[in-house]
Amino acid sequence: MPLIKYNNQSLSSITTLPASIPTGKLKLISSQTASNSASISFTSGLNSTYKVYKFVFSNIHSRTDAVDFTFNLSTDSGSNYNVTKTTTFFRAYQNEAGTDTALEYGTTRDLAQSTAFQIIADTMGSDSDQSGSGSLLLFNPSSTTYVKHFISTFQNYQGDNYSIQTYVAGYGNTTSAVNAVRFQMASGNFDGTIYLYAIDNS
Amino acid sequence: MPLIKLNDRSIKDVTSLPFGVGTLVHIQSQTASNSASISFTTGINSTYKEYQFYFIDIHARTNAVRFQFNFSTDSGSNYNVTKTTTLFRAVHDEADAYTEFAYSSSYDLAQQTTFAFFGDHNNSSTADKNAGGTLTLYNPASTTYVKHFLTQFNNYESGGYSVISYGAGYGNTTSAINAVQFKMASGNFDGTIAMFGVL
Repeated sequence: MPLIKYNNQSLSSITTLPASIPTGKLKLISSQTASNSASISFTSGLNSTYKVYKFVFSNIHSRTDAVDFTFNLSTDSGSNYNVTKTTTFFRAYQNEAGTDTALEYGTTRDLAQSTAFQIIADTMGSDSDQSGSGSLLLFNPSSTTYVKHFISTFQNYQGDNYSIQTYVAGYGNTTSAVNAVRFQMASGNFDGTIYLYAIDNS
Repeated sequence: MPLIKLNDRSIKDVTSLPFGVGTLVHIQSQTASNSASISFTTGINSTYKEYQFYFIDIHARTNAVRFQFNFSTDSGSNYNVTKTTTLFRAVHDEADAYTEFAYSSSYDLAQQTTFAFFGDHNNSSTADKNAGGTLTLYNPASTTYVKHFLTQFNNYESGGYSVISYGAGYGNTTSAINAVQFKMASGNFDGTIAMFGVL
């Protein structure tokens, strides 16, 4: 048994705390970092242990200018990413010149019973300082009774120098358990880190 | 002061730390199974400045009714806090024949004590139809300010629509809110609601 080391004002090597101490319930399941990668897939950790999962996207940077960041679901542990989805998409944007603003529904960016990848950030810029960040909630993916709802928000420095905030929601129209999720650009590669959290005790 | 005992690789008898561990603290979960309502009457106090409710597989037993909530300042004896709210939504049908993105003037409240809607109809016409979402409630224990809240709720609406509703508003009271109730506009429902405090 290793000794517990006292390290200034902290204790290193501690792996558990007493039950009386309130611990965080936003539990990190895994994280993956893309570095000029075609996609990131989470093929483990999505199961019946938790009822709500949260993906956090940190500085997603497209290597190709003005392409969309997308995701899809799998019911066969990642062999296929092709779950049927019906979704909504709306966005708010303004350009850096302050001459173009909108709050609008995106009729070409939603899905109606489609197995295609869903856009969650549109026309991302590839300049060295351009990136996007956001999150996606996925509710009870392991249910074999109900469809699988998701809600996403994403802020993006767009390729034509716009600030774009996108809101995407919908459901994977399947009663099979969803057990894998893939993120990729509509074309080309990307950089960035994606964290998968579980809302513990949910 | 009791000694802190080192127990293998854990610290025994420690009851508090001088820093927060994580961001969410689970307080309570309740599951409805053909239930009329779910009420959280304990755990909402000054311990946390922000509370988050997660709604998992909310399924109405009566078709075309709306899921709703209200606050209490008397520990659940009455759910009738005055509220002014906004609600907007985006809609898309499975046939790709209809979309909508609009303010929902029939779903908001203006200084009303009635229950606030999370969004559009929940329905029971198909076994796989349900809804998921969140509610964030800020500083319910304040005796100085009104009580703000934000909601997001995605619903598999009857007829085959995906409906996302974003609501917000405030309980217009300077009394502490100490209970919250959730129910359908009529009839029973299934589903789980988990309540967290944010450190």
